[in-house]
Amino acid sequence: MPFFFYFFSALALIGGIGVVVYRNPVTAAFSMIVSFLGLAALFILLNAYLVGILQILVYAGAIMVLFLFIIMLLDVREETGKSFPFTAIAGAGTIGVGFIALLIVVLTKSDIGAISAPVLAVGDAATSDVHQIGIKLFSEYWFPIQIVGILLLVATVGVVVLSKKELK
Amino acid sequence: MNSLTDITPFLAADILHVSIAATVKIVAFVFMTILPMVALSVWAERRVSAAIQDRVGPNRVGPFGLLQPVADGIKFLLKEDFTPNHVRKGYYWLAPALTMVPALLTCAVLPFGSKLFGEKMVIADLNVGPLFVFAIASLTVYGIVLAGWSSNSKYPFLGGVRATSQMISYEICLGLSIIPVIMIYGELNLGSIVQYQAENGWAILPLWGEGLSVKGFLLWIPIIISFIIFTTSMFAETNRLPFDLPECETELVAGYHTEYSSMKFALFFLGEYAAMIIGSGLAVTLFLGGWSLPFGWLTPESAAADVPWWHGVIHILTFFAKVIGFILFFIVIRWTLPRFRYDQLMRLGWVFFFEIALINVILTAVILWIA
Repeated sequence: MPFFFYFFSALALIGGIGVVVYRNPVTAAFSMIVSFLGLAALFILLNAYLVGILQILVYAGAIMVLFLFIIMLLDVREETGKSFPFTAIAGAGTIGVGFIALLIVVLTKSDIGAISAPVLAVGDAATSDVHQIGIKLFSEYWFPIQIVGILLLVATVGVVVLSKKELK
Repeated sequence: MNSLTDITPFLAADILHVSIAATVKIVAFVFMTILPMVALSVWAERRVSAAIQDRVGPNRVGPFGLLQPVADGIKFLLKEDFTPNHVRKGYYWLAPALTMVPALLTCAVLPFGSKLFGEKMVIADLNVGPLFVFAIASLTVYGIVLAGWSSNSKYPFLGGVRATSQMISYEICLGLSIIPVIMIYGELNLGSIVQYQAENGWAILPLWGEGLSVKGFLLWIPIIISFIIFTTSMFAETNRLPFDLPECETELVAGYHTEYSSMKFALFFLGEYAAMIIGSGLAVTLFLGGWSLPFGWLTPESAAADVPWWHGVIHILTFFAKVIGFILFFIVIRWTLPRFRYDQLMRLGWVFFFEIALINVILTAVILWIA
């Protein structure tokens, strides 16, 4: 369905541009949510339901709520009037142009049509993508999963320690 | 390319059939059932509260006052739609829509019946049903946050902040509480979950099929714990009493919708009731066997098997009977229990429910491993 692909890509891109262009932090955060929703829709168009839904659940539904919450609580106003320094614009522009150039070179040199879409097929192919990702994660990638779990635990403990220190 | 042109006519007919069926189901389920149910549950709330407080309640408009919601609707539409000068206009207008729309979107994955005329009675038969509901429902919080922030005055803002922290906290309990149930079913498709319960006993009533075994009775313990945490968190998620601190009248006037009037206020109101109905629908689907009758009566042989049309109708009626029962339970609780204090609410969520839900997951895993 190319129509839906272009529609949601446009949504994601417009959201992305909005994050940079809008000076009001709340509007910028909202543009980011719109961009995430577009991305999630693209994942779902690729039949990756779990990834798409997690994109909404984790990024749009949890992380951005906290962003918005903090923006509102701190009532960020200083950013609204400030203009960007020239060096920042030049640096960001260089990186952006370089990245686009890299993409163009890679995409023109490779034969896109010959690459078939990656297919997740573990065990019974008839099972849903949730089952397949689960099996993959807990058989082949069990070690990285444990490491990520420990990393998150350490981060959580760190946050608790840091926030307790200020109270004393 | 040749093969593509060969299958195109079939695809086109297929797409046409699917989109017509989906449209009929959306109109019949969301617009002709859920929306009237929202209006009627407002009426039921007022009648039940009146009965509990030994009053009469609205009984003048139509038989038993059943047309009261129509009168209310007309009143909301005709009142002056006042926008205060100090609000942030764009977000002020966006917020009511953002509370109502996600609540209705979550209907898409709820199986409200088995099959009718060979058509599955669910709008979108996704393999990630409960996750979809949580993902979309987690967007509801934006409406409330924005309402509180864009109103640009202190009581709505405090209400919005309270609502946000409450909803974020209880979303975690809600998500964790259904993990044991999903571990038992080994399935994230709500239709298959209901089919499993129809064959092997409802989650909280395992009295037939495979539920009638030692394993079934052992698993009953974590399921009951899950059910209690799920239901309580659902009250907190929908901002209903005893957890309605975001709109607690004695402290915050009316909370995040203080500055709203007319239909915009009504949209917040309707969004809250719609969320309550969908929450009841999800609880019924996960724990009370969805559209299935008890003791395996009229159970289809498999999820794909066809059922006679009158079985389908009975299944749909069963689903709505259970949902209505759950809504009445919501209402009775609201008029029975006093409001929690804010610190009590947060402690209940983070210190008790979060830990119990985590232990419950491990308990379920151990029982499944042994049995």
